[in-house]
Amino acid sequence: MDILTIFVAAILVNNYVLYYFLGICPFLGVSKKLDSALSMGMAVTFVMTLTAVASWMINHWILIPFGLDYLQIVSFILVIASLVQLVEMFIRKMSPPLYQALGIYLPLITTNCAIMGLALLASLKGYGFIETVVFGIGSGLGFTLAIVLMAGIREQLDLADVPKPLKGAGIALIVAGIMALAFSGFSGMIK
Amino acid sequence: MSSKKSIGAEYLKGLWDENPIFRQLLGMCPTLAVTNAVINGIAMGLATAFVLILSSFVVSSIKKLIPSQVRIATFIVIIASFVTIADRFLAAFFPPISKALGPYVPLIVVNCIILGRQEAFSSRNSVARSLLDALGMSTGFILSLLILSSIRELLGSGTFLGYQVMGAWFKPWIIMILPAGAFITLGVLLGIVILIDTKTKKRST
Repeated sequence: MDILTIFVAAILVNNYVLYYFLGICPFLGVSKKLDSALSMGMAVTFVMTLTAVASWMINHWILIPFGLDYLQIVSFILVIASLVQLVEMFIRKMSPPLYQALGIYLPLITTNCAIMGLALLASLKGYGFIETVVFGIGSGLGFTLAIVLMAGIREQLDLADVPKPLKGAGIALIVAGIMALAFSGFSGMIK
Repeated sequence: MSSKKSIGAEYLKGLWDENPIFRQLLGMCPTLAVTNAVINGIAMGLATAFVLILSSFVVSSIKKLIPSQVRIATFIVIIASFVTIADRFLAAFFPPISKALGPYVPLIVVNCIILGRQEAFSSRNSVARSLLDALGMSTGFILSLLILSSIRELLGSGTFLGYQVMGAWFKPWIIMILPAGAFITLGVLLGIVILIDTKTKKRST
C-alpha cells in the first residue's frame, strides 16, 4: 500500500480512538485539560513510533525466523514495558524540560492498549519496515488529534448544563460518539 | 480491602457496586470494540473471564514469592501466558469468532480490569477470596457486554444472535453497529446506571 495512504488512513479514516477503540482510558481520563491532553498525545506518539520500530524488529528478526509466533503477545508486552521504562530514564537524563512535559504520562502508557494494539495491528496487516514506522507515527498523530479535540470540547462542556446523571464520563462518551460519526465521513477518502 | 466482607458480598460486588465497566470504567476498549454483535460480546466476555479467573488464581497462590519491585512485570507475564492460551484456543476451535475479534483477543493482555484486580485484590487476599472476586468481576463484565451488544445488535441489524427478531417494517439503524453507536450507547447506559443508583440511594436513606 502507498505510504501516504497509510499515513492519512491512520490519522483520519481509521483513527485509533474513534475507529479501533484503542487508548480509550487515557482518551477519557486525560482529556479534561487542553495542555495535558497535548502532552499525553505527544508522549503516545513518541512511544508509538519507537514501539513500531522495536516490535517490527522482534517480529521479523526473532519470532518469525525461529517459528515463535505464538510468543508474540508475551514478547510484545515485555518489550513495550521495558521500552517505556528505558525512554523514561533516557529523557530524564537527556532532556529535563521534555521530561517535565511528558513526566507522569509516560508510565501510564505501558498499560495503554493503543501501544500494544499498534504492534499487533502492524504485524496483522503484514506491513514492511517503512510502512510500520509510518503507521506508528500516523497512529500517534491520530490519537493526539482525537484527544486534543476532545479536550477542547470538554473545556467548553464544563460550562454547559448537562443532565446530572450524564455528567463526566457519560457525556464524554456521547461526545466521542458524535466525533466518531463526524470522522466516519472521512471513510470515503480511501477504499 | 481491610474489612472482611461476607463470601456472597465478595462475589456480588462485581455485579453492581464495583461493576468493572459501568462503575470503574475499566476495560473500555474491548467493551466498545466487540459489542457490535451478541456472539462477539459473549466470546469476548468468556475469554476475558477465563484469563481473569486463572490469573487471579495463580497470582493469589504465589503472592508470597513475588518480590514487590517486579510484581507488575510478573503479573503481566502471567496474564500474557493465559491470553496466549485463550487466543490459540479460539483460533483453533472457533476460527470465525477469532477472525471477528481480530486483535482484540491478544489485547486482553492490556485490559485494565485484569491487571487492576491482580494489583488491588489478588496480591493481598486469599486464594478463595480472589477466585470469588474474579468470578464476580467476570460476571459483571459479561453481563455488561451482553446488555451493550444486545442493544446494538437489535437496533443495528434487527437480529439477536444472528436470528431475525424485528419484523420486516424495521429499518436497521446502521449507526448502532458503527463505532459512533458504541460510544453513544455506552454513554447513555452509563447515565441510566447512575440515575438508578442515585434513586435507590435516596430511597434507602
